[in-house]
Amino acid sequence: MLEVSHLDVTYGRTRAVKSVSLTVAAGEVVAVLGANGAGKTSLLRALQGAVRPSGGKIRFDGKDMTNQSSAARVRSGMVLVPEGRQIFVSMSVHENLQMGAYLRSDADIARDIEAIYERFPNLAERRHMSAKTLSGGEQQMLAIGRALVSRPRLIMLDEPSLGLSPLFVERLFDLLAELNSDDIAILLVEQNTSMALDVASRGYVLELGSVLLEDTAEALSSNTALTEAYLGGGQNTDQEGSEHERAPAR
Amino acid sequence: MSGYWAGILSILAINIIFAYGIFIPVASGQLNLGGAGFQAVGAYSAGWLSASFGLPVSVTIAFGVIVTGVIGVLIAFPILRTKGVYLVLATFAFAEVIAGAILSSEPLGGAMGISVPGYIDWYVSVIFAGLVTVFVFYLMATRFGLTIRAIHDDEDVSDLMGVSVRNVKVAAFGIGAALTGLSGGLYAHSFSYIEIQGFNALVSIYVLLYVLLGGTQTAWGPLVGATFFTLLPEALRSVLPATKNFLVTLFGETGIVAPPDESWRFVILGALTVLMMVFRPEGLVTRTMVERLQFWRPANRGVTQ
Repeated sequence: MLEVSHLDVTYGRTRAVKSVSLTVAAGEVVAVLGANGAGKTSLLRALQGAVRPSGGKIRFDGKDMTNQSSAARVRSGMVLVPEGRQIFVSMSVHENLQMGAYLRSDADIARDIEAIYERFPNLAERRHMSAKTLSGGEQQMLAIGRALVSRPRLIMLDEPSLGLSPLFVERLFDLLAELNSDDIAILLVEQNTSMALDVASRGYVLELGSVLLEDTAEALSSNTALTEAYLGGGQNTDQEGSEHERAPAR
Repeated sequence: MSGYWAGILSILAINIIFAYGIFIPVASGQLNLGGAGFQAVGAYSAGWLSASFGLPVSVTIAFGVIVTGVIGVLIAFPILRTKGVYLVLATFAFAEVIAGAILSSEPLGGAMGISVPGYIDWYVSVIFAGLVTVFVFYLMATRFGLTIRAIHDDEDVSDLMGVSVRNVKVAAFGIGAALTGLSGGLYAHSFSYIEIQGFNALVSIYVLLYVLLGGTQTAWGPLVGATFFTLLPEALRSVLPATKNFLVTLFGETGIVAPPDESWRFVILGALTVLMMVFRPEGLVTRTMVERLQFWRPANRGVTQ
């Protein structure tokens, strides 16, 4: 469904992504792993159209998306949940969800938003409250809910577990498995390697902007030398920094 | 109605429309410090058309709205490439360019100004202010209103949701400019005389203050801000001399501190502005406040969709 070939992303003279090729098949969960600065976020930004790649091709469902706007990508079924739970803080929960349906004009929007509320009862209770009053975990659920309202077939998540409490991390990965059983393909960029490889079927390891390794999730998680060398261990080290990495409310 | 009150109501109505013209771009995150320039374009377009061709007021004001709206959209493209303080400076510079151009233009009367035929009574402006208020409340309740608030919060994420951020910003700037032009046209015909000195930088600053101090989160803000800051100086106009007389009879003329007189109006206004910035940095009317007021009505509790 998603085919990326030899993608380059350059900021000034820095090449953040170097000739990365990857594929996500329909209904598949693919993890992109790597240390800080490996080019994961740049890759996702290029996939969603926030930055223009300096080389390579992005194809979605066989259509060339390389030079398409974000709007065109959302319309064709790709959506990005950005890093740091970037919700609209001055809006209510409900209005945030409505923004997810920005490009839709069909009659089912209200029904789809209700479905989000059923999935996330915490959000339903707070639907008219300002989104900035939500906890970090609820904000992440809102960001995912907002993306789901656009009816994606591929959802891309940038470090969704960053700064969440262990309980919410658990719920997040349950949710991803659930979404996947609804036939939504997932491209998951994570530092929480062990959790990501649990839910994914395949994974790519990025280092300094290039694909270092590509394998099945099983093979990657059994490769202990690799996980220790490049990915800095599992969930425990990640959560240590979590309280500090909480994005400031804006 | 006395001429005094007619004048106050006219200027109040014009200030409310003017404030809404600045509010719409501000609600999308674009600070416009060139309000006086846009208002001058509206006033001079209407005034010039009226003085030169004697066209009816409805035509001249409509012309002013269209000219200002078009100029707003045209300059929005280059100007909205700038952000933050640079955008503020760019809009400010725009107003200075307009003022300079008018000052050196003979058909527009230069420094002499032009007298504008086609007088309109105070209630015309008041009706327009009512219509504009309803229009902006409606606009903020539509998808467009939701979108400009989303852009105000986060342009990048709005883009991720598929919003064409630039077009929406240009539209907001253009609609705002058109409203500002309307306030200018009404001004020209209400006061029958316009001179460019009346559209100076202080005017731009004041109207931005109405909006920022009134609150930028809801359409109530500009209404409350413009009303408060237009009526306050007028109220002080009669209160201050009375206080002065009272203090004089109490202590005699030879106090150490001079008793307050007319000139203290601006001192009080300035002090209030600082106090409001300290205690209500998000403006007098905030979204939370409006929501709380709505929750007081029990009927609304169940129906909120």
